[in-house]
Amino acid sequence: MGGYSALVRALSDMTPQGIINEILSSGLRGRGGAGFLTGQKWRLVARANNTPKYIVANLDEGDPGVYANRSLAEADPHAIIEGLLIAAYAIGAEKGYIYIRKEYPLAIQTLQKAIAQAKAMTLLGNDILETHFNFNLELRFGAGAFVAGEETAILSSIEGRRAMPRPRPPYPANSGLWQKPTLIQNVETLANIPLIIQNSAVWFAKIGTPKCTGTKCFSLTGKVKNPGLIEIPMGITLREIVFDIGGGVPAGKEFKAALIGGPSGGCLPEQLLEIPIDYDYLTKVGAIMGSGGIVVLDTDSCMVDTARYFTEFCVDESCGRCTPCRAGLPRLLEIFQKITHGKGEPNDLIILEKSCFFIRDASLCGLGQTAPNPILTTLRYFKDEYMHHIKNKKCKADVCFKTPTKDEPK
Amino acid sequence: MNTHPMKLKIDGVDVECSEGSTILTAAKTVGINIPTLCYLEGLTPYGGCRLCLVEVSGTNKLFPACATPVASGMEVTTQSPKLHEYRKMVLQTLLAERTHICSVCIANDHCELQTQTNQYGVDHVFYERNWSCNEIDSTHDFLVIDRNRCILCTRCVRACDEIEGVHTLDLKFHGKNTDVIMDQDELWSKACSCTSCRKCAKVCPVGAIYVEGENIEYTKDPQVIAFIVERRKCLK
Repeated sequence: MGGYSALVRALSDMTPQGIINEILSSGLRGRGGAGFLTGQKWRLVARANNTPKYIVANLDEGDPGVYANRSLAEADPHAIIEGLLIAAYAIGAEKGYIYIRKEYPLAIQTLQKAIAQAKAMTLLGNDILETHFNFNLELRFGAGAFVAGEETAILSSIEGRRAMPRPRPPYPANSGLWQKPTLIQNVETLANIPLIIQNSAVWFAKIGTPKCTGTKCFSLTGKVKNPGLIEIPMGITLREIVFDIGGGVPAGKEFKAALIGGPSGGCLPEQLLEIPIDYDYLTKVGAIMGSGGIVVLDTDSCMVDTARYFTEFCVDESCGRCTPCRAGLPRLLEIFQKITHGKGEPNDLIILEKSCFFIRDASLCGLGQTAPNPILTTLRYFKDEYMHHIKNKKCKADVCFKTPTKDEPK
Repeated sequence: MNTHPMKLKIDGVDVECSEGSTILTAAKTVGINIPTLCYLEGLTPYGGCRLCLVEVSGTNKLFPACATPVASGMEVTTQSPKLHEYRKMVLQTLLAERTHICSVCIANDHCELQTQTNQYGVDHVFYERNWSCNEIDSTHDFLVIDRNRCILCTRCVRACDEIEGVHTLDLKFHGKNTDVIMDQDELWSKACSCTSCRKCAKVCPVGAIYVEGENIEYTKDPQVIAFIVERRKCLK
């Protein structure tokens, strides 16, 4: 409906500064997880002196069980391209990349087709819609590393290097791709742009809460009756998502926890079901918005084992650059192996917590900084389960003390 | 060539330095030493070891002094109980990661990891220590790499790429399996791009790369990189 009419409006009726102001007043925040104000980011890149400027769309969705960006690319690739075009016009970029993981073959195909269609309609290339605006778009493929979704790791990967994050500052807004100003945006953020331009910032800001406007896509999985992709207005409660949309936990079992934000999110217990879904609230309780994964756990799941599982994931996906993440996370996993094999001591929990704070504060990128979240939240809300494992050597959910894992100490 | 001097405060001391310098170099000009491991003058900062983390007022985040450019009005703290604790944790996790036994190490007494460990009083590691058992590659005529002692600071990789310009050394795999490799993960003797320049052995802060049969005191010469960079500037 109305394909590219927002682009027509942006190119003919609006100045780049006007677009940035519109996005700023819409209150849109980055959907990649960190929740930085999108308009603010655009302004920084637009003000950078260096040229050429680049724009990168992040479609490297690495969280297990999260397919929100994939279905967006498969179902509505033109929304992403239109968002990219408007963003490029606003910040003055003439070259853009969509960084997509190679594991999404259908999404790649659809995007390639959409780019060809847009080129045929002179929506990409030189003199777009008979204005002096030029923009070229290319796809770049990721090789499947989770950390490659981190914004500076994407840059390294596009430049042809190991997908390792770089220290910030300098921020990509000033020194990104090939040391040039670069705007990196999640595709879900970009897909919101045409809607804001078409329907005005006021319309957009009406959805959600004053500080978190708009909607957000989530992958609702785990022990719920209706798992799947959902799009919700910001600010509705976790209870509404799990019980009204998800239909609650299948009969015979009880809700235990919801893990929000993928493998480095937080495990929230039942008493926190009333919190609104909002970047700031989630951070306050120890979870993150992340890429939008919600995993619902019932009484069959052991929280110690859950924390162990996600730590194992982060250990496997660490890039190996900084000490806390590379050398610190495996130590946490070793402590978990001890606890889940009946060798835990009360002192282990102190070491665990101390190491978590260290890894959270001292790591280089978002992966290390958020990797301790599942451990910290389970320690905060389910400490009795840890104690039960250590003191009584028993697992209430009957998960631990039997399954040998691949990293079992010899 | 930089026209705007930047004014900042490091540990309460007023510092004036040129635009583009890092917190680490700015601190050095007023005699404040920040501990480092992966940093080496003359090479691109890596920001990996996290030993040089400092606090900057106005944010909870910690910044690596080696890679963070100064900004006017910045207030930097290089010593605090939290930083001291975290630096000790960095050293402990490094010691627990692979096999670090000073008494049988060729770099004993000439090891930067050992020096920092002594300085921070790390007398025990509260994690279980891992004993990695990678094979030692001594196939090169005189250069030897013992990956069990490697702390993955990538000084050798950067020196090989940026100074010698051959990029024989690089990293393979990721996370805890990361390792330094030669060419396409060949034995060193088969790595035909290697010029045997020894820079990797000169800059290695620990005993991971060394010259066979040579006194380690003689081999180690990390300042050579800064010297070469300075000399090349003169050539221009």
